[in-house]
Amino acid sequence: MDWEAILLSLRLAAASVALLAPLGVALAWPLAMGRFRGKLLLEALTSMPLILPPTVMGFYLIVALGPLSPVGRLWEHLTGARLVFSFQGLLLAQVVTNLPFFLQPLVASLGGVDRRLLEVASTLGARPLGVYLRVALPLAWRGLLSAVVLSFAHAIGEFGVVLMVGGNLPGRTRTASIALFDQVEAFDLAGANRTALLLLAFALAVLMGTAWLRSRERAWN
Amino acid sequence: MNLRTLLAAALALVLAGGVPVRGAGVAIAAAGDLRGVLEALKTGFEGGHPGVQLQLTFGASGSLTAQIQQGAPFDVFLSADAGFPEQLRQAGLVTPEGPFPYATGKLILWVRQDLHLDPAREGLKVLLHPAVKKIATANPRLAPYGRAGEAALRAEHLFEAVQPKLVFGENILQAAQFLQTGAAEAGLISHAQAANPALAQTGVRWEVPAGAYPPIRQAGVILKRAASPDAAQAFRAYLIGPEGQAVLARHGFGRP
Repeated sequence: MDWEAILLSLRLAAASVALLAPLGVALAWPLAMGRFRGKLLLEALTSMPLILPPTVMGFYLIVALGPLSPVGRLWEHLTGARLVFSFQGLLLAQVVTNLPFFLQPLVASLGGVDRRLLEVASTLGARPLGVYLRVALPLAWRGLLSAVVLSFAHAIGEFGVVLMVGGNLPGRTRTASIALFDQVEAFDLAGANRTALLLLAFALAVLMGTAWLRSRERAWN
Repeated sequence: MNLRTLLAAALALVLAGGVPVRGAGVAIAAAGDLRGVLEALKTGFEGGHPGVQLQLTFGASGSLTAQIQQGAPFDVFLSADAGFPEQLRQAGLVTPEGPFPYATGKLILWVRQDLHLDPAREGLKVLLHPAVKKIATANPRLAPYGRAGEAALRAEHLFEAVQPKLVFGENILQAAQFLQTGAAEAGLISHAQAANPALAQTGVRWEVPAGAYPPIRQAGVILKRAASPDAAQAFRAYLIGPEGQAVLARHGFGRP
């Protein structure tokens, strides 16, 4: 078993969720409650990674993060290291790719929060931000938990984008799914089988967990 | 038209899509370094064989071999080495005449022009230059050019020094794509990819001396399960015959 790759996947997924959480929480509120121009566009943009082929994402990401792009150049200027083919580059790619997996369960859950409770908080003098962070978000905690679990799980499984911007470097960008691909291609079917089984068991556990959370949420409301 | 006729028509259309149209199709699985040259070969071959159509699929030789072992429906496999075709022969998947050599590949060092480095003078040592931050090549486990690149670096005792800079494409085409997008400044790739206009105009090319790496002897096989063996044989004859060899030579391949 390629433990280095599995560890890297876990690290990458955890870091992705750590970045996704503030970003997702900030975006979820206007998407769930707001009424503003461009909401449909924002909804569509944040959902795009769900349906775009990973090759499209990978292509744009390698161009956008490469050393010839403004982002890539700024990064190299600041850190002296290259963004693509690095852990940080993969992390950025993962945040973009996994945003919808964080947003969708959270937005759905926030939409189900009883508006009257929010209005009460408001009339009692809570500011809008306080209403969101201290009333709505705690009430939607199952959605938040689903968001964390789903985006973590999807980050573990992400393949196409990682293949395209990673460069297959052991310990840095060779994640478990890339290692599995490598094993299959190099005829190491026994190794591939072990890695695949582990990923399969993980995915099953995650999906059963989120299904259970959803069923509890329905029972609660 | 009622719904049922509409559905039946749609179903018929979908099913018809799976049936070959006419004439013989030869499905060719080819190493990434053949992209470009194989399109030229296809034009030449189809011109002389009306009714036969070549369908081209490109990938790393190792990946394609794995797919063929799992029953991928290819008729001809053109590898970037001789080892993978031999593996398929031993697995009993190829026609009795066995692997046929069709070309020798050349390894090229490509360096971005604006770095103003001179590989013609310094050879592979330009890779040590700090302006070269990433070096792209193909995965040595899967792709013969990646293996040749690694061998050349080891022969020059540069491998340890440049290893932190190496990044690997899944095949030689992805390595070339890293160069084209600017993600890497230098690369060890195939002649055919380096000659691609997009790379030829933006970089300096240098042919790695043939003695620095084991020769990239490229061989092909016709698979036993070929749907139209005659057409596959005709393509093989064209490829190793004078016409095919002339096209290969024009694209920078050596004689087999």
